[in-house]
Amino acid sequence: MREILVILVAAMLTDNFVLVKFMGICPFLGVSKKLDSALGMGAAVTFVMVSASLCTYPVYTFILVPLGLEYLKTVAFILLIAAFVQLIEMVIHKKIPALYSALGVFLPLITTNCAVLGVTILNIDNGFTLTQSLINGLGGGLGFTIALVIFSSVRSRVEKSDIPKAFKGVPSTLIAASIVSLSFMGFSGLLT
Amino acid sequence: MNKKSISYEFLKGFIKENPTLVMLLGMCPTLAVTTMASNGIGMGLATTFVLVCSNLVISALRKVIPAEVRLPVFIVIIAGFVTFIEFMLKGYMTSLYDRLGIFLSLITVNCIILGRAESFASKNSIFRSLLDGLGMGCGFTLALFTMGSLREIFGAGTWFGIDLNLPLQIPAFIMPAGGFFTLGIIIAVVYKITDKKPPVLVGCACCPIASSCKSYGKCNEISESEGNAE
Repeated sequence: MREILVILVAAMLTDNFVLVKFMGICPFLGVSKKLDSALGMGAAVTFVMVSASLCTYPVYTFILVPLGLEYLKTVAFILLIAAFVQLIEMVIHKKIPALYSALGVFLPLITTNCAVLGVTILNIDNGFTLTQSLINGLGGGLGFTIALVIFSSVRSRVEKSDIPKAFKGVPSTLIAASIVSLSFMGFSGLLT
Repeated sequence: MNKKSISYEFLKGFIKENPTLVMLLGMCPTLAVTTMASNGIGMGLATTFVLVCSNLVISALRKVIPAEVRLPVFIVIIAGFVTFIEFMLKGYMTSLYDRLGIFLSLITVNCIILGRAESFASKNSIFRSLLDGLGMGCGFTLALFTMGSLREIFGAGTWFGIDLNLPLQIPAFIMPAGGFFTLGIIIAVVYKITDKKPPVLVGCACCPIASSCKSYGKCNEISESEGNAE
């Protein structure tokens, strides 16, 4: 139990995927302009991270390892994730239109998000069990959502301020991200 | 597009269309591995290798690959070369392999490579694609090298591991926060020099699957319209 909690908190806060590990920067900068879209993107990423952890684990353990093909994990995982996201998109589109209108826009965006491929590879590299992988995926997704939501609020403030011309837009956004990232360093002593 | 000179295809990647600093592609490795100048060069060259090889293969096969399934095909080609370079680095440069860590595997999902495959290599001749890959790769390496040098000099007081005996070191530069900060400053300087207005946000162009994305532009449209309403 304690171990699970440690993985969850680590993935969410101390090793936050966006602000500490630098994975998924593109959606972090692209979709954080508005709170609603930040929440939608966060939910979609959390969902895909957990399901990607769920479906890559058995493929690695029961197919790649027995065949001695561990080195193919990058190729196998990226294909699996791409196919899986496409499938989910179709299923949600047909069966749950309400959910599709909330998340559908973001689903295709995350097929090749490096945070999703990253979480599945980290699960394998850290030797996690299936439960631990799922928790890692959940924590990573929640951490991504937290970072996106906090940052969307910071950003709306920054954009209204009067800053030098060359710093307008992306540079000021990145510097604001640096300050948010600095605040996440405060969590680093949490798990000792 | 074919009217542009051959030297232009090679040189555009350095500054004019620099993938990292101007087109804002491949931000994740740019921020993550650049704690040292040597890491930056290593990552840049590994990416250049994958970019050149995948550009060559995709350009050679551009008439064979059916349009509907081109993205999965591109991804498999890229992932294959990534696996190859992973093996090479693991075998011959173990220390670099350890320092780059997971970001070596994540070259697969680097937006620059899929982006160039989609927007250039699948439409141009093999020779032009080769030059484009080389130029873009060099531009990426250059940006990573600049980032890595600045962060290493200010953060650790060394350059390529050589102690510079600086009076002051600011460890924050080699921490994650310093990565965002340094990149922000570099982009601002680039736009100051070129006297252009920096882009307001990282658009869909930065997303590798943009061309096939059904909601192309929509995710930003939502935020844009909101921005105007405010």
